[in-house]
Amino acid sequence: MSDHSVAHGTLVVERELPHPVARVFAAWADPVQKAKWFGDRGDNPPSVFEFRPGGRESSTGATPDGRTYRFDVLYNDIVPENRILYSYDMHVDGRKISVSLAAIEFSPSPRGTKLKATEYGLFLDGLDTLDQRREGIVSLVDNLSRYLDGE
Amino acid sequence: MFQALADPTRRAIVERLSQGPASVSDLARPLPMSLPAVVQHLQLLEHSGLIRTEKTGRVRTCTIDAAALSEAEQWINGQRLAWQRRFDRLGAFLDGETGEGSD
Repeated sequence: MSDHSVAHGTLVVERELPHPVARVFAAWADPVQKAKWFGDRGDNPPSVFEFRPGGRESSTGATPDGRTYRFDVLYNDIVPENRILYSYDMHVDGRKISVSLAAIEFSPSPRGTKLKATEYGLFLDGLDTLDQRREGIVSLVDNLSRYLDGE
Repeated sequence: MFQALADPTRRAIVERLSQGPASVSDLARPLPMSLPAVVQHLQLLEHSGLIRTEKTGRVRTCTIDAAALSEAEQWINGQRLAWQRRFDRLGAFLDGETGEGSD
């Protein structure tokens, strides 16, 4: 059995914010503003920030339990005040742990802005992932069938 | 677990669930027996620790026991939670910048 595996996951998170779309969008487009809310620990602006289609963003930091992370982004598509589409890799302690695609969508709403984040992520090489567990059960069943059939 | 898998119907159920969760009626549909007979098999499988079942409303859903596969589930749940908190912080940041929520 290979030591490598891929697990897929999708999430959707929505929020309505009492601020105009332009204001909300600016909080993503300006690295100084973004640094104040995007990460868990506020403060550090990213080392690379090119907010345009084809542009890159990169930031590093430490997790609360003392591991280092690096987050490398490619902006695939940006429509101002409408959407930000990007793909990114996440590394923890120097090892790539995931590759993901994200869509951030902005739309006006009665109270201000409806914000929607959709992500499709590939979680890499996790031990005991879904596929390994599934393979384990299927081979258990196969082996037992053969045993019981007297092969 | 040996006892649980000694029956071909239960082996078929476990193989089906290894492809993904299913309701009791989904599992029962292709099987040539009554629903109560299927339910008995499911109870035995659940008792053996191979599967878990959960009732939501009138539907009972069965899944392969998740203990080992939940690292990937945990990861996506963690990502979802991270977004919720990120939006909390964005809201607080915007409120702080402009005073109350703006027009």
